[in-house]
Parts: sequence; structure tokens; C-alpha cells
Amino acid sequence: MKSRIALIVYILFILLPIYWLLNMSFKTNEEILGTLTFWPQNFTFDNYIKILTDPSWYKGYINSMIYVSLNMVISLCVALPAAYAFSRYKFLGDKHMFFWLLSNKMAPPAVFVLPFFQLYSSVGLFDTHLGVALAHCLFNVPLAVWILEGFMSSVPKEIDETAYIDGYSFPRFFTKIFIPLIGSGIGVTAFFLFMFSWIELLLARTLTATNAQPIQAIMTRTVGASGIDWGVLAAAGVLTIVPGIFVIYFVRNHVAKGFALGRT
Amino acid sequence: MSWMVWTLPTAGFFSGIALILAGMTIWQHFSPSIERKGFLPLSTTRGDRLFIGLLTSAYIHLGFVGFTEFHVLVATGVSAIWMVVLMRWG
Amino acid sequence: MIKTENNKAWFLVLPVFALVAFSAIIPLMTVVNYSVQDVFDAHTRYFVGTEWFTKMLNDPALQSALLKQFGFSFTILLIEVPLGIGIALLMPKRGWSASLCLVLVSLPLLIPLNVVGTIWQIFTRGDIGLMGWTLREMGVSYNISRNAVDAWATIILMDVWHWTPLIALLCYSGLRAIPEAYYQAARIDRASRWAVFRHIQLPKLTNVLIIGVLLRFMDSFMIYAEPFVLTGGGPGSSTTFLSQWLTTMAVGQFDLGPAAAFSLIYFLIILAVSWVFYTAIMNSQKEK
Repeated sequence: MKSRIALIVYILFILLPIYWLLNMSFKTNEEILGTLTFWPQNFTFDNYIKILTDPSWYKGYINSMIYVSLNMVISLCVALPAAYAFSRYKFLGDKHMFFWLLSNKMAPPAVFVLPFFQLYSSVGLFDTHLGVALAHCLFNVPLAVWILEGFMSSVPKEIDETAYIDGYSFPRFFTKIFIPLIGSGIGVTAFFLFMFSWIELLLARTLTATNAQPIQAIMTRTVGASGIDWGVLAAAGVLTIVPGIFVIYFVRNHVAKGFALGRT
Repeated sequence: MSWMVWTLPTAGFFSGIALILAGMTIWQHFSPSIERKGFLPLSTTRGDRLFIGLLTSAYIHLGFVGFTEFHVLVATGVSAIWMVVLMRWG
Repeated sequence: MIKTENNKAWFLVLPVFALVAFSAIIPLMTVVNYSVQDVFDAHTRYFVGTEWFTKMLNDPALQSALLKQFGFSFTILLIEVPLGIGIALLMPKRGWSASLCLVLVSLPLLIPLNVVGTIWQIFTRGDIGLMGWTLREMGVSYNISRNAVDAWATIILMDVWHWTPLIALLCYSGLRAIPEAYYQAARIDRASRWAVFRHIQLPKLTNVLIIGVLLRFMDSFMIYAEPFVLTGGGPGSSTTFLSQWLTTMAVGQFDLGPAAAFSLIYFLIILAVSWVFYTAIMNSQKEK
């Protein structure tokens, strides 16, 4: 019983700040800045309507979703074969290659912001969705390889060998037999890829101007001449949480199966 | 390419690293390295020792440059000796 | 698993290598080039050798930022790891409550970094924020824009709020992988709750914990957007973290040389610490 209470307290601790944001998003600015109220007295959808009808606002969400999805597709496509290679074969420099990949997750993005800007401008990827997606591959691909390698290592090698004896070619075996076997692993990987790409700000903001600007960068606009538009800021914040809820909901069963990156 | 602001010493440095990596690959191909235990607290292959050597050399350089009056080439000399010791007995 | 020796496997790794090398090696080379020059633009630049490194290593402001950074990373690890393990042990194991718990607990992980900062900025304001208002009504003097201790405590609280779920989720799935038979055996032996934790659950958690600690260390050492939005680095420079120093130096003042030199020092530190962790993981797996 005591443990139930502790868990509920923790969940309340998680939910309270989010509730406060949600609460504010349904208030008018007068109410927010007037007296403190625990729920909206003059319930209003105006803040949401403003965001969802103004293209310069809602395009930010579309941009973010495009580059996050692109990044997930690219990362998974290149990471799946690589993770298979790391989990099944020994090859020249494999361990060092693996660590080098991981080391890119350690490079502080602040360091790379300027060269990134110049590199992506010089190849014409500045302010494109593909550009941001590729830049996020820098830390997402290593992570994907790391997670998938763990899951693949737990699939017995006899399965590969039997399939080859049965006359499967490598691409057919990989897509028809192997990928379905590590479904949970792919789900968990997709969760992580979504998470790190969706929440990243520095690179996404630096590499975009108007065409591919993410919602996080647009949010800073709420600071206007007349102070901060709290209601709209809160509504925009709430809308950035929504896609995450869907993603968690879809992967919740995989999470239960093997969030442990397959390495238990 | 001009935005990369190359200089002769840094170009030399990266070519050096590339050459070492290529050399190690060829060496590994003709006489594969076997993991062994030297004075380091873990068993290492040739490539592991190279990595440890390069990383510690970077720290040796930082130490000399930051906290002594010696010229940077002194640090390079010390690192070179350290690399040889590490590769041979590490 | 016994791996076969096959250098053709390189072809499977090649796409990853090309993709990551493009975004990693070219910018890294550029940063190294910056670090030995005084750069005004691509054509007006002077070679200065190792001068920036000497300057940066002896800069007291950066030294103290570095110390603060280590202090921060260790503090949040000390709080988040035990708390995360605790939450994972408490979470229900099956049924609808397990799913609900998972979704609620992972919620903070999927909020963009600057939105996290905004949420806490609003939440802690004395006039419109629940926490700031409650503390004020209770007579506690609390102001994150004036008092450095308050600012620090809030940033740590925010990080705990945001990232403990990661440790909790990793541990939760680690715990789920323990076969029921282990617990039955423990019941027959009348093992205490502590003994079950110490000898059955903790060993299973070691691997996921190393991964969690490694991820948390790397990310907390680069923390940028959250404190930047929450406190702007203030009051004074009390909550200015390394990333913020670097960004101000490189983008704000366009002092590319010193910023690059310092980034490289920064990178070497993360690289060394992470290498030690990584080697520890690999050796612990080899022993099994």
C-alpha cells in the first residue's frame, strides 16, 4: 500500500507541471496575469485556434514532423544492416568503428553548430527538411546501431544458417525472416529516434530559416513587443507533447518486452 | 572548401592520422594482432593501444600547452616516446 | 555468440560510415582548423598556434564552469539513478495499470527541450506559476532570477523531472526480463525483500544501468536549451553551463578560435570519461 502511494506521488510530480501548462493554455491572457486560478474560469479555445489557423504557426509542427519522420526512416534503413554486421561478424576495426560511432553522440552540438551551418549551406541543404534529418543522423544513427545490435545478438545464429541452407538470399532472409523477429527492437529503436530528434533544438534551429523551421524555434516568437503571449505559448507547448503521447501509446507493449536494449 | 579554413599544420596532422590508420589496416591484414595483457590493466589489441595512445597524447599536449612554458614540440616528442612504449609493452 | 570473421561485413556498415562521417569528420576538421587561428572570415585569418589552448586552459571562468558542469552531472546521476530504480520497482507489472503507468512516466521524455524549460519557467514564477506561487504563499523566499541557490535547485529538479523516467523505463524492462522462477526460489528460501533486490534484481539491472548512466552523463554534460530557457544562465553566470559558454562565444561574439579550442578540450573530456564507461560495459559482458 505504501508503495502504491509513493508511485502516485511520483506520477503527480510528473503531471503537475504539465497540468499547469494545459491549464494555462485554456485561459485568456487577462486571467493568466490576473489572479492565480487552479482551473480555467473563462474556458477558451482561442489560443489553439490561433495556432491551428495561422500557417506560420502550424507549419512549424508539419516541418518538425517531416524531418523527424525522414530521420527515423533514414536512420533505420542504414542502421539495420550495420547492426546485423556488428552482431554477426568480426571484421577489421569493428570494435573501434563501434566506439567511433558512439563518440558522435558525445560531441557537444554547440561545438559543431557553425561548421554544420557552413557545411550544409555549401551543399545546398540549408533550410531543407532533409538537411535537419541528416544532421540528426549524427547522434541518432549511432544510437540505433547500438540498440539494434543488442536485440539482434539475442536472436540465435542458427536461424540465419537454416535460412541460408533453405536457399534464402541475404536480402530476402533479412526482410522476410529477420526483421519480423526483431519487431520489438525496431519499435523501441523508433521510440528513441523519435524522442531524440523531436526534442533537439540547437541543430534544428541553426540549420533552418523559414521553409523548414521547427516548432520549437517558432515558439520563441511569442515574446512580442507587448510582453510574452502566455496563452499561445502554453497552447503551443501542449501541442508539442501530443505526438509524443501517440508514439508512447504505440510502443508501450514493446517497451514492456524489451526496452532494455535487448541486453539483459 | 575555403570555409574549412585549412592551415598547413592541421592538414599535416589529419594526413598523419589518416596515414597511421591506413598503415595499421595494412599491418593488421598481413599480421593480425592478438589480444594480450601488458602493463595496462586490461588486455588490448594493437588498435586499442593505438587509441589509448592517441587519447593520452592529446592530454599530454594539453598539459604541456596549458600549464608549462615548454614549446609544443616538446610535448610531441614526449608523446612519441610514450606511443612507442605503449605499443611495445602496453 | 561466436562471430565469424568476415571482412565483407564492411559493406553492410558502409552506409552508416558514409552518413556519419559526412556530418562528423568534416565539421570536426573545421573545428580543429579554427582552434589554431584567429578567424575573422574565410580570407582574413591568422595562424596563432596553440595560443588559444593555453588561454582557455588558464581561464578561471571556464575552469569554474567546467567544475560546475561536473558537479551538476554527478548530482543528477546521484538522484536520478536511485530514484529511477525505485520507481521501476514500484511500477505495476501487468494489466491496464502497467500500460497507463508506462505512458504517464515516459511523458516528460518526449517534450522538446526548450518546452521543458518553458514549462518550468512558468511553473516556478511567483505570480503565475503553481510552484512559485505556493512557495510564496507559504512564506518561503524563492526567486530563480535573483537567488543562485534557487536557480540551481530548480535546474536540478527540472532535470530530475525530465530524465528520471529514462532510467526508470530502462530498469523496468530489465526487471521484466527476470524469470518468475527466480522469485519463486527466493520465496522458498524465505529471502528478505532486500536480499531479493540485492542478489536477483540488481545484478540483472547492471547492464541497463551502465547504458542509462552513460546516456545521462553524455547528455547532461552537454545540457543547453533547458537552463537557457529557464534562467538564461543567471543570476549572474551562476547557471551558465559549458554549452552556453561555447554558443555565446562562437555564435554570439564570433570568437571562433577560442570557442573551437575550448570545444576540443570539452570533447576530449567527454571522450575519456565515456571510453572508461564503455570499456567497463564491454569487459563486464565478456565475463558473462
